[in-house]
Amino acid sequence: MSLYYVQKLLFNLNRDTAVQAQFKTDLEGLLAEYSLTPEEQDWLRNGDVGELYIHGVNGQILMHYAAFIGLEWDEYIQAMKDGLSVHGQVRDGIYRAVDGGEGGAV
Amino acid sequence: MALVFAGICSHAPGITGRAERADPAVRDAFYAQLDRMRKAIEDSGAEALVVIAAEHFANFFMNNMPAYAMGMGEEYEGPIEDPEWLGIPRTKIPGNPDLSRRIITEVMQSIDVAYAEEWKMDHGIMVPLHFLTPNYDMDIIPVNINCQGPPLTPLHRVWEFGRALRRACDEMPEKIAVIGTGGISHWPATPNSGKIVEEWDREYLDAWVANDKEKLLSYTDEDTLKDAGQGGFEIRTLTAISGLCEGAKGDLWFYEPIPIFSVGCTAAVMAI
Repeated sequence: MSLYYVQKLLFNLNRDTAVQAQFKTDLEGLLAEYSLTPEEQDWLRNGDVGELYIHGVNGQILMHYAAFIGLEWDEYIQAMKDGLSVHGQVRDGIYRAVDGGEGGAV
Repeated sequence: MALVFAGICSHAPGITGRAERADPAVRDAFYAQLDRMRKAIEDSGAEALVVIAAEHFANFFMNNMPAYAMGMGEEYEGPIEDPEWLGIPRTKIPGNPDLSRRIITEVMQSIDVAYAEEWKMDHGIMVPLHFLTPNYDMDIIPVNINCQGPPLTPLHRVWEFGRALRRACDEMPEKIAVIGTGGISHWPATPNSGKIVEEWDREYLDAWVANDKEKLLSYTDEDTLKDAGQGGFEIRTLTAISGLCEGAKGDLWFYEPIPIFSVGCTAAVMAI
């Protein structure tokens, strides 16, 4: 797991239109620029918000990635709930779920 | 001149981005207090507004994360987020590099701060500005306190940062307003988004209004994470205003949990 580089890619994606363009036209090239595991590359290829969340990607980074790949707010929340349900509690970072991910506004 | 206004308000992106999903009566009552704050800032004669915010990886990342950073740009831009997602059009925000430089120089007498001549504003600043300077016609000096990537600056240093900023403001010939903007208890951008612990919030706000230094500095990150979520780390932005206004008392204009906004929505001022 290289959480730092997953988050760095998403940080750059969220703030740089050139990276956003590369994400759409040359995703493999973009992924190759970061020290990512094969699993991490797959999560990003597949837009797997649930896996990214439970592996510790900061929610403030993740929610903008989710919007970028077309998830509405409720879909983003549900993707994290699904990730918790399938894979269990968040492994790293400070954005752990509480109450089993229940409650909240959605 | 000096500090002419000090207050705090919420900045959650849902305040503008999910506005239509909130109870209109509560939402509009909150908006009304933000508009009251806009008028109070205008009535103060403020020539510049310092915004102490907790940004969310718009400019700073863990490759080089400052505990404190202040903007020193000619102009800024925002929001960095999708404008449609946030409900705020992208725009330019005027800065004041000369005033920034003088304030930063004075703050540095006691607190080491990073400075940035480029700054992309995220919802942490854009949501307050949307209500407080809706025409983007006031010089803005952005400030960031790292509340996202631990280790985080301790609260007693936040207090001292506030005091340093006060000394700096009081040295300036310009009239300066300062706001702190952050959440209290909340779990934003998690599956628990919308969870709010009103009792925790009100206890914090009681201490903020009383400007109870001992209580405000007694919060530990361990307890805050457990009881108020990672979003609770943003009390740093509010406690900085307490240090800025050491000795003064506050006035809570509005507090009400609005779960779809993911935060207990707050507006308060210090009697300076």
